[in-house]
Amino acid sequence: MADHLLQVEDLKQYFPVRTGFLQSRQLKAVDGVSFHIDAGETLGLVGESGCGKTTVGRSLLRLYKPTGGTIRFKGELVDDESIKRLRKQMQVVFQDPYSSLNPRMTVADIIGEPLDIHKLYKTEKEREEKVVQLLELVGLNSDHKRRYAHEFSGGQRQRIGIARALAVDPEFIVADEPVSALDVSIQAQIINTFVELQERLGLAYLFIAHDLHVVHHVSRRIAVMYLGKIVETASADQVIASPLHPYTASLISAIPVADPDKARTRHRIVLEGEVPSPLNIPEGCSFRPRCRYATEICAEQTPQLRELAPGHEVACWNPLFD
Amino acid sequence: MSQSPLLQVRNLHTIFPTESGEVRAVNGINFSLARGKVLGIVGESGSGKSVTAYSILRILDNPGKITQGSVLFEEEDLVRLSPGEMRHVRGAKISIIFQDPMTSLNPVYTVGNQLSEAIRLHTRRNRQQARARALEMLTLVGVNEPEKRLKQYPYQLSGGMRQRVMIAMALACEPDILIADEPTTALDVTIQAQILELMQDLKEKLGMAIIMITHDLGVIAEMCDEIIVMYAGRVCERGTAEEIFYNPRHEYTKGLLRSIPKLETGKGRLMPIGGSPVDLLNLPEGCAFAARCDSAMKICLREQPEELRINEHHLASCWLNVKNQMEGGQEHG
Ligand SMILES: Nc1ncnc2c1ncn2[C@@H]1O[C@H](COP(=O)(O)OP(=O)(O)O)[C@@H](O)[C@H]1O
Ligand SMILES: Nc1ncnc2c1ncn2[C@@H]1O[C@H](COP(=O)(O)OP(=O)(O)O)[C@@H](O)[C@H]1O
Ligand SMILES: [Mg+2]
Ligand SMILES: [Mg+2]
Repeated sequence: MADHLLQVEDLKQYFPVRTGFLQSRQLKAVDGVSFHIDAGETLGLVGESGCGKTTVGRSLLRLYKPTGGTIRFKGELVDDESIKRLRKQMQVVFQDPYSSLNPRMTVADIIGEPLDIHKLYKTEKEREEKVVQLLELVGLNSDHKRRYAHEFSGGQRQRIGIARALAVDPEFIVADEPVSALDVSIQAQIINTFVELQERLGLAYLFIAHDLHVVHHVSRRIAVMYLGKIVETASADQVIASPLHPYTASLISAIPVADPDKARTRHRIVLEGEVPSPLNIPEGCSFRPRCRYATEICAEQTPQLRELAPGHEVACWNPLFD
Repeated sequence: MSQSPLLQVRNLHTIFPTESGEVRAVNGINFSLARGKVLGIVGESGSGKSVTAYSILRILDNPGKITQGSVLFEEEDLVRLSPGEMRHVRGAKISIIFQDPMTSLNPVYTVGNQLSEAIRLHTRRNRQQARARALEMLTLVGVNEPEKRLKQYPYQLSGGMRQRVMIAMALACEPDILIADEPTTALDVTIQAQILELMQDLKEKLGMAIIMITHDLGVIAEMCDEIIVMYAGRVCERGTAEEIFYNPRHEYTKGLLRSIPKLETGKGRLMPIGGSPVDLLNLPEGCAFAARCDSAMKICLREQPEELRINEHHLASCWLNVKNQMEGGQEHG
């Protein structure tokens, strides 16, 4: 067990939501999710909005207190006590480089804040040196340190967010849709920055995105979520080349391809309907109402993840063998 | 190509005078749209895609104004129409849908009310006829339980359903042109696929032309016959989808095509476009892309390239083409 950097077992995160006067119900945002991440590797987490990706990321860092399940980091149970120390090793980069940085703080203060919190320098000079090092690490330079976040473009702000996460020298970063708000040309710059930092610093990432192309590009393995559960997990190439879950297959098929000839000739599976409300998760397999392969058993029993090929797990009664 | 285009935009300039200076959002663009075709406008955020659309429809936010150029539609220059005349064009002849349907749906009226109102504004239908047409439109755009939806408020619908309602509203008067400004950007891919399929379907049924605005080259490839690529309020190049994707002739387009991660290519580094977007308050003298262009020559920094015809289906504004053509010309001469 202690082999993995991060080990998540049966993680559950339920939120009470009001449904009417004096009535409330459990919203099962994450419902029994298990996975692991090794040192220096990237696990990509994909799925449509509302499927629970952000909640998984936040629960890992104990920004929420999980309803159930366990999270271990280097074998140590993550709880209210241990997280205080572990925060130095587990960091997060958010999607929106506009709202996640305080516009009234200089770049030096934004990046310096975690250094202050964790008391990672002895002299002011050392602090300043660290800030400049971090700026250079993410492709900015020391001229930038006296400027305010609002003076920067989206891509540059995301670099500042990454520098702030790196300030404490973490081993693991939850990157929650870090490039979703950026234009493609800038997106590519930031993806490269993530890849380069991983090579240089041996970082592990949970890389969350709804864009399967992006996730495939950066990840060694991918986990696909639907309505609070992981429905398929495999190597990034396996997921793309031979998806076993009908949901994964339709997700891949739905991505528009930037190639007119291919776009015109390929057969696209267009899923019917929409993701049901997480307050009304269908019985049995929750994908059943939208699934063209659904049979009787799908309505009766919830499929569990099963390993059907080495490293390739799927939760489906009728996986796509061909 | 022989028949005259449905819409022709000529040397259009749109600016926003602001406190910090003149934002030159659209700087002399040219393009045309043929009847029944889908034209894509692609470019990064701030490149002037929306302002182009709003200029055509004359729905620019204050203090935006068109300073030069014309928008010819059915032999009339829309730029010169009175506000009253323009009102007859909007919705009836050219309509628009936005990324966020809530910007055009009124939260306090039911879907049915809003649809009927839109229909009655442009046609002679009475209340009952308008309601019948509203129902017909909702069915056409694939809204489930249309009778029930008519009585619902926008907030009671999902994002995908709202976009369908928007499309129903935009198409209720069977316009000649539908402008879709990032219609699927806020939606999940599976819902995006549904909406794109619906738009293709409706185009076949109703025969309108579409201007599809998006930053997503995938959406462009799936939907468009012709493409214009914009950068800093100018058209870098325009042509058929095949030409733009398989024979790009502007360094910005090439960079864009290289920078998207593709499933079939391997891992590792992507090839991004370096640098940051341009400042429209301080547009350079030469080509706006020159500062980020690896192949820039001296002239690129000083003078704006003219639009050059690459072939029958393709025009591009890049000095490299001029250079290549002259060198090629000398060889042959
Ligand atoms: N703090 C919260 N309180 C109540 N519901 C929440 C909260 N955070 C998330 N949710 C709900 O949990 C589900 C999963 O959300 P989220 O993890 O943000 O999904 P994703 O990141 O995949 O889009 C959604 O239905 C969302 O509305
Ligand atoms: N109301 C406005 N006031 C000032 N500038 C504006 C206004 N609307 C748009 N602009 C500017 O015009 C430029 C083009 O914007 P837009 O057409 O919305 O870009 P796109 O749709 O390609 O993302 C941007 O730089 C934007 O800041
Ligand atoms: Mg999220
Ligand atoms: Mg826009």
